[in-house]
Amino acid sequence: MSFLHDLGRSTLQKVSSVGASSIMLFGALFAFPKWKNIKLTIEQMYVVGVQSLLIIMVSGLFIGMVMALQGYTILVNYGAEGSLGPMVALSILRELGPVVTALLFAGRAGSALTAEIGLMKATEQLSSLEMMAVDPLRRVISPRFWAGVISMPMLALIFSAVGILGGHVVGVDWLGVDSGSYWSIMQSTVEWNKDVVNGVIKSIVFALVVVWIALYKGYSCIPTSEGISKATTQTVVFSSLSILGLDFVLTALMFGIS
Amino acid sequence: MVCIVSKKMSEHIVSVKNMTFSRAERVIYDGISLEVKTGKITAIMGPSGIGKTTLLKLIGGQLTPDKGSVIFQGEDVHGVSRNRLYELRRKMSMLFQSGALFTNMSVFDNVAFPLREHTKLDEDIIRTVVMLKLEAVGLRGAAHLQPSELSGGMARRAALARAIALDPDLIMYDEPFAGQDPISMGVLVELIKSLSKALNVTSIVVTHDVSEVLTIADYVYILANKKIIGEGTPEQIKDSESELVQQFLNGNADGPVPFHFPADNISDSLIGAKA
Ligand SMILES: Nc1ncnc2c1ncn2[C@@H]1O[C@H](COP(=O)(O)OP(=O)(O)O)[C@@H](O)[C@H]1O
Ligand SMILES: [Mg+2]
Repeated sequence: MSFLHDLGRSTLQKVSSVGASSIMLFGALFAFPKWKNIKLTIEQMYVVGVQSLLIIMVSGLFIGMVMALQGYTILVNYGAEGSLGPMVALSILRELGPVVTALLFAGRAGSALTAEIGLMKATEQLSSLEMMAVDPLRRVISPRFWAGVISMPMLALIFSAVGILGGHVVGVDWLGVDSGSYWSIMQSTVEWNKDVVNGVIKSIVFALVVVWIALYKGYSCIPTSEGISKATTQTVVFSSLSILGLDFVLTALMFGIS
Repeated sequence: MVCIVSKKMSEHIVSVKNMTFSRAERVIYDGISLEVKTGKITAIMGPSGIGKTTLLKLIGGQLTPDKGSVIFQGEDVHGVSRNRLYELRRKMSMLFQSGALFTNMSVFDNVAFPLREHTKLDEDIIRTVVMLKLEAVGLRGAAHLQPSELSGGMARRAALARAIALDPDLIMYDEPFAGQDPISMGVLVELIKSLSKALNVTSIVVTHDVSEVLTIADYVYILANKKIIGEGTPEQIKDSESELVQQFLNGNADGPVPFHFPADNISDSLIGAKA
């Protein structure tokens, strides 16, 4: 009996938290068009976007270099090292760029967002906004939401660009693949709609999910130190799993059936 | 810049009517009623964890009672639309226990925040108003500091300056004296008294510090066991014959409010632990 009771209660809690987080999402979505909020959004883009730039670029560089190294050792067996360019570019634009950026973003910016909102809650700053007749969804959540959603696709593109350059450094400058074929075969193989746009779409979807999870976890955390630390961990775990799961679904839809 | 606000000069600015509220499965309030006289200082006292902060949040419309209602200036706080509630909130302000200053802006910007959000005053006038409010709490010199640079007492005074920025009709103080040294406590007591007289605002002071609040309050409510166990002027309260009230005033460890949280018989649980 008590098992059923607990099961029922925990199911209800899950359902109602999905409901509550959707309400928050819509609050944040529709609170956008206001001049003051645009200014706040730009400020937040600096915090979540510009400050994530370094980690994104460094990771992009290394991943591009590793891809080139691995690709070269395989392709050279078939004398196909000329195809290194498209191999690096396609894997980064389609997969690694959006996915790794999103994972890094969840760890770097998502956890920070959760902790920041959670602390604002614990120190009664959110309540205090409410009592000053200022809607925290509009003032705090919405600018961060949009800043994240706008920044992440840009970060992913930067990641991909740096990654392709990293591939060039290893493949061309070090391993001696012909520079002309690295670029020209890449240009003739990569398709704008199929590869670049799909990568950006993936990245927008990941951004929505990561920022939504991060903000909701912060906004709904138990306002104590354990509560905030648990919420921060959950943000990283849930975001990462959602990114990887959604990536499979999106890949199947975009590239699977053709 | 003279603005004449036509206040509803009713006798009670806030009336809580037969309100029941529970959190998770725990009942916090079981049908309480209380009234706050316009222009006076009303103290609400009770032990920690009894739900004093909760009461202020109920009055401010951040929480909704299960039963009963809260009337602020003649309007049901939980019955009006969200927009109207936000308008009502511009006339009440709350001083949170932690101060709740926005940590990412200076003291000046904190005090200017409600003015910038809710008025169309230009920056010169905002500057003047902010400086006047900070002067009133003795922190004009600290305008440029960040909240992290303030001591606990100063932070609370800065938050008070922010709370009075829009000249509210009602200020709710949540534990203004908790964790203060005797000097800042004295400063805060004087401030609450002088603001109440000078600005003619109504104050609700929630606290468990008995002696300080009895010196400034016009009327006192004492909360315990989900109910109001005593009310009256400070003199009436001091002379109260209720055992509960006396236990609270004198700080006796045990009495009608038990020292022990409800538990099994101790010998049972000790024997149980051995088995
Ligand atoms: N957000 C919350 N969720 C669940 N219970 C809470 C929450 N906030 C406070 N409580 C509980 O409600 C009771 C009253 O809290 P509170 O109003 O803060 O008491 P007080 O201010 O008198 O110390 C406490 O037992 C507290 O544990
Ligand atoms: Mg409290």
